[in-house]
Amino acid sequence: MSLILDHVNYIYGEDTPLAVKALDDICLTIPDGQFVGVIGHTGSGKSTLMQHLNGLVKASSGHIYFNGEDIYDRDFDMKKLRSRVGLVFQYPEHQLFEIDVFSDVCFGPKNLGLSKREAELRAYDALRKVGLPDELFYQSPFELSGGQKRRVAIAGVLAMKPDVLILDEPTAGLDPKGRDEILHQIKNLQAETGMTILLVSHSMEDVAEYVERIIVMNKGSVMYDDIPKQVFSHYKELEEVGLAAPQVTYILHELKKRGLDVDINATTIEEAADTVEKALKVSC
Amino acid sequence: MLRDITLGQYYQTDSVLHRLDPRVKLAGTLLYIISLFFFRNFIGYLIAAAFLAVVIKLSRVPFKFMVKGMKAILFLLLITVVFNLFLTPGEPLLSVWKLTVTKEGLGTAVTMAVRLVMLVIGSSVMTLTTTPNNLTDGMEKGMRPLKVFKVPVHEVAMMMSIALRFIPILLEETDKIMKAQIARGADFESGNLIRRAKALVPLLVPLFISAFRRANDLAMAMEARCYRGGEGRTKMKPLIYQKRDRVAYLCILFYLVGSICVGRLLL
Repeated sequence: MSLILDHVNYIYGEDTPLAVKALDDICLTIPDGQFVGVIGHTGSGKSTLMQHLNGLVKASSGHIYFNGEDIYDRDFDMKKLRSRVGLVFQYPEHQLFEIDVFSDVCFGPKNLGLSKREAELRAYDALRKVGLPDELFYQSPFELSGGQKRRVAIAGVLAMKPDVLILDEPTAGLDPKGRDEILHQIKNLQAETGMTILLVSHSMEDVAEYVERIIVMNKGSVMYDDIPKQVFSHYKELEEVGLAAPQVTYILHELKKRGLDVDINATTIEEAADTVEKALKVSC
Repeated sequence: MLRDITLGQYYQTDSVLHRLDPRVKLAGTLLYIISLFFFRNFIGYLIAAAFLAVVIKLSRVPFKFMVKGMKAILFLLLITVVFNLFLTPGEPLLSVWKLTVTKEGLGTAVTMAVRLVMLVIGSSVMTLTTTPNNLTDGMEKGMRPLKVFKVPVHEVAMMMSIALRFIPILLEETDKIMKAQIARGADFESGNLIRRAKALVPLLVPLFISAFRRANDLAMAMEARCYRGGEGRTKMKPLIYQKRDRVAYLCILFYLVGSICVGRLLL
């Protein structure tokens, strides 16, 4: 179960004077069970890339292999791919439409041709996984709060039991508390089920704490693809393309420059606090 | 998917026609269309065609963009021609089975086709060289005299420009929701008519909700900036006639008088 992208190119509005190269020769391998962060500035092609992974957008050239099968093969079953690769769009709460939360989450599994009972079981399971309180299950999705709506929408994709879950900016527009809750839940989900997760974001802060690998996109091509510590060590270059490393990276670099012997590779606030404490103890 | 639809087709370039006051273009287009219906002989159409050719040349818009607009009316054109050709009574020219082509029919069919084509190309010159915003501005100012008859000119113009502004936004939104539902296994393309209509529910409900949400946001934003209708409202770029606009009016007038005189009275 892996996703392989082989020299994928995508051009918006091909054959028109307004053609724009959105993806430029992307080669990536995403193995099973990895938690990957995809980072890039607005318009860097990250969302476009994600839509390629479940066949919503067809590449202008290149190949994508899912479990060794070319998804552009004529006899490849796109519907099956979409059930295996779940994609949660940006602001997914805008796609809710059913009269109550529960039936909305059932929409996905029902489309897979599952029995009513099986679909409901999955919906229940998915709603529990995103931590929505039981008493909200039969409310109209439009009466929920923003964060709750988003959970419902994520559950709607989870209920299809995908092997790969792609979340496009799942925290956009949420307050810091809602953001942390959702990210924690995603992390737990990954630990529990071992599914592959791709988390798209434009904020380093969001992903630094959770992911094991970061892909940085810039102008349609992959700029860095490495573990977070390595990527953040390029913080100067990241800044040039309009991205920023986590704030702690800046603080630690500055401290180091001023003569405090800290470990500049710390990426989370906890790690940073530890290294600063240690350095202070030594210098005292 | 839906992105291929082009609406409010404005062609961005810099030409005399682009800089012209929208009121001139509106009035010019209207007079041009009226002139087309006055001609009694083909010389009139020749003059109109020559006038159109000069205007197109001045607009610097590639001719193929005008032809693109023709695709939309191809069907209408075909019906007009066929009906006029076969159903006009008169002196028979050619008879196949039960259908008879008459001399009068041939005449009307050709005239109608020419009129229609020139009408569409003429008005597309206007839309291609005028931004939708400019167009509604022009309409608002041009129709101001109608206020005397209690026509809410400003409100109508504002509604039009908002509607035009929302078309691309809603198209994009449709595209996005469609993709999101396809990602959840929705199928918009197969099945019989009833199944397909049912499949649209997951698309239409979120689309309506989003349209209302956007309308609400817009209303709020407008009120927050103290919008309260057209009363006493000034414009950042008010429409003022320049020298070139007066020259253009003269040209249009000259064309109108000349072509109608030649096309109607001569011969």
